[in-house]
Amino acid sequence: MMVVLIALGGAVGAVARYLVDRFVQARHDSVFPWGTHVANVLACLLFGFVAALGLPPWLFTLLAVGFLGALSTYSTFAYETLRLAQNRARLLALANVAASVTAGLGAAVLGTALADTV
Amino acid sequence: MSHRDPNRPGVPENGPRPQEPIDSDVDLHIPQHVRELRRTPGAVLAAIAVGGACGAVARHGMDVWFSRDPGDFAWATFLVNLSGCLLIGVLMVVVTQVVPHSRLLRPFLGVGLLGGYTTFSTHIVDAQLMLTAAEPDAAGALLFLAANVVGGLAAAWIGVALTERVLRRPIAAVAARQRGGQT
Repeated sequence: MMVVLIALGGAVGAVARYLVDRFVQARHDSVFPWGTHVANVLACLLFGFVAALGLPPWLFTLLAVGFLGALSTYSTFAYETLRLAQNRARLLALANVAASVTAGLGAAVLGTALADTV
Repeated sequence: MSHRDPNRPGVPENGPRPQEPIDSDVDLHIPQHVRELRRTPGAVLAAIAVGGACGAVARHGMDVWFSRDPGDFAWATFLVNLSGCLLIGVLMVVVTQVVPHSRLLRPFLGVGLLGGYTTFSTHIVDAQLMLTAAEPDAAGALLFLAANVVGGLAAAWIGVALTERVLRRPIAAVAARQRGGQT
């Protein structure tokens, strides 16, 4: 049962990441990977929110483990950072790591705080 | 949406292999990525969905295998991200240099499977749990975040370098065929 929920959430999460990434990229023209950054930070915000709500286990599994786990990605984040570094855009590579981790942590804390107020 | 200016900032005009994306999920500087959703939207989105489902289930499997208390070093997340980064390096060399005309390989394996398998949000929340545990472990959280970044980047680099070495003959053959096609 849990496996089905995770598969369902993972399918929707991966498609959502692809569409969010395209949507964001169509609105700027820099090499900085804003699309993945937005998907990852959004997933952290929602994960912090969902984790603090005290949802029933099946719903947490569907939303957090499945959907939000797949909405965010580490492989793409690492590949982008590597490509930026190899393309002599070392500063952007460093900025991508620093911005993603700090914004991700901030978003998760914000999500937790938001859940506590509702 | 038209092809973007190749002289974009940060990427030199004669830089290494401009047809390789920065963003492996989708990079609108690459004409092939721009077109894929318009040409075969159903197939592309279905490939991503099936890949994402498999990836998320595989990640959950690792989580069950390496069960731990919240606040401990999240070995499952770390190993998932490490292996996923190694594999994205392998995949992107294959997709861009060996089978450059494949349509669904990157959406299925890269966006879907590896994107669904690896996770940024879980690793952030794992670190948050270390920071907010009954005995907060700031050093442990920092070590965990750094291990993911350094390990993930090294794994992706090894994946690219190793695959380029192992597949150098087919890569050279494809490159020669492409040069021939342009003249």
